[in-house]
Amino acid sequence: MTVIAVLIKQVPDTTATINVQDGNVDESSIGKWSMSPYDEYALEAALTHAESCGGEVIAITMGPARADKMLKDAAAVGVKRLIRLWDDSAADFDANATAKALSSMIKDVGATVVYAGKASSDSNMGTTGPGVAELLGWNCVSHVSSYSLDEEHIDAVRIGLFGLEKVRSNLPVVVTCDKGLPELRRPNVKGIMMAKKASIETSTLQEHSVRVRRIKSELPAVKPAGKMFDGAESANDVVRLLREEAKVI
Amino acid sequence: MSSVTVIAEIDEQGTIRKNALEAISASQAISPSCTVVVCGNNPTSAAEDVAKVSGVERVIAIQGPAFSSYDSATWAQAIDAATPEGSFIAASTPLSVDLCARLALRRDLPVVQDATAIVGGPSLTISRPLLAGKVIETSEASIPCVVSIRSNIWSAADGGGSAEVSVISHDVQASVVVQEAIDRATARLDVTEADVVISGGRGMGSPENFSHLERLADLMGAAVGASRAAVDTWDPIPHSMQVGQTGKTVNPSLYIAVGISGAIQHLAGMRSSKYIVAINKDADAPIFKIADYGIVGSWEDVLPVFEAQIGHILG
Repeated sequence: MTVIAVLIKQVPDTTATINVQDGNVDESSIGKWSMSPYDEYALEAALTHAESCGGEVIAITMGPARADKMLKDAAAVGVKRLIRLWDDSAADFDANATAKALSSMIKDVGATVVYAGKASSDSNMGTTGPGVAELLGWNCVSHVSSYSLDEEHIDAVRIGLFGLEKVRSNLPVVVTCDKGLPELRRPNVKGIMMAKKASIETSTLQEHSVRVRRIKSELPAVKPAGKMFDGAESANDVVRLLREEAKVI
Repeated sequence: MSSVTVIAEIDEQGTIRKNALEAISASQAISPSCTVVVCGNNPTSAAEDVAKVSGVERVIAIQGPAFSSYDSATWAQAIDAATPEGSFIAASTPLSVDLCARLALRRDLPVVQDATAIVGGPSLTISRPLLAGKVIETSEASIPCVVSIRSNIWSAADGGGSAEVSVISHDVQASVVVQEAIDRATARLDVTEADVVISGGRGMGSPENFSHLERLADLMGAAVGASRAAVDTWDPIPHSMQVGQTGKTVNPSLYIAVGISGAIQHLAGMRSSKYIVAINKDADAPIFKIADYGIVGSWEDVLPVFEAQIGHILG
């Protein structure tokens, strides 16, 4: 049976307020954590793949214990096997170390198709999908918004060099998902009940050298309040200010 | 001195993209001179053009049918084989982010994507926005390394160079094969590349009304974007126009938001714009909180005045 891995990450919800203390993001003040938005499309793609061609979907995440909730959310929409990688060293992992840890787990579970979001909404690197593909020696089709497949190929619509295009790749393959057209499935009551019972496999990590070290996090400089105008005629003033004050036209 | 290679992308006409010239400027944090690599089915004229840019010491053009479309595995292999040891700098486009990831793992070099500031030294100090721009993170990466940079931050490198161009023919088949083009990039500028972006939201009322934004965009040489609400509501507004969390991140000199309320997920994609103009009939719309110039009024009333005044100044 085809093993389909989906890489998902728990991130602060888009609506969450972020506080910084002593150069670090204060995680304890983040009110809501969610699955990274593009990973939701990856999860949908993995489940659709299994439904149309058969296969077992395995959700893999790297994250601390709080990420169990997100894995349970994945179980609630139909993922049967959940794996969480973590130990104390992982908080400092750079993109390479993360890609290495995930690719070795993908090898261990014997996956031949991997779905991932095109980038996580917190770190916004976009390195995990193609990085894992490089380490596994696989193709990577990135920024995919829809796809169809058979036993040997995937046909995907992606962002190409000069616009959207349909491409074909052999398996094994890593697919990174952009915002897609299909509606994302939502859990039903039965799914939520099943998810409560779902077990999560945890795995510690091998040591990896880390060569991108975080120095500090800070809030962006606060912009001074802008100038407000009322009514259509004020557009004349704004255009003049854009030219004379902002000097952008 | 550590060597650095800039990965330059070319457009459909075979011309070097402006963000490649920005990457050449950014590469000077590592070394005053760089190698430039450019891939394509016929990259020679782009290679000759970029050879005239100051700071460019050598240009490597990788030529072959596989490079007329994008296949990160094939491209990364070819670039790795053709370029000297050392660091890579590229623009943080979908293509180059993939390539940077692959090259970093291929050469086992540290990688940082979408940088907005780089300070040179024995190691690189790199800043970048995180969490949809709510936080700026600064990190240190050992050299050599691989860095992609956000567009419109660095100034484009000027002319004044005369580098040697070498052409490498690479007769390899792409393993990801293009079957058909679906939505060729229109003549219209992409929002990530434009210096002025005019975006419409659901307040535009209908997708047809985007023609008013397009007319103003043509006048100003701007790109037209859209909010997620507009893209999700109206089929004729494609996702490629979406600015925001699940769309594109833009960083223009001027961003004009028309009929956009300013949901947090839209702000994520445009808050770093240098100047923001908001036009909205709701004086309480959150977009006004980050606007440098806010106009309370309906777009139907405001845009004609705005356009006439722009025409007067630019005409």
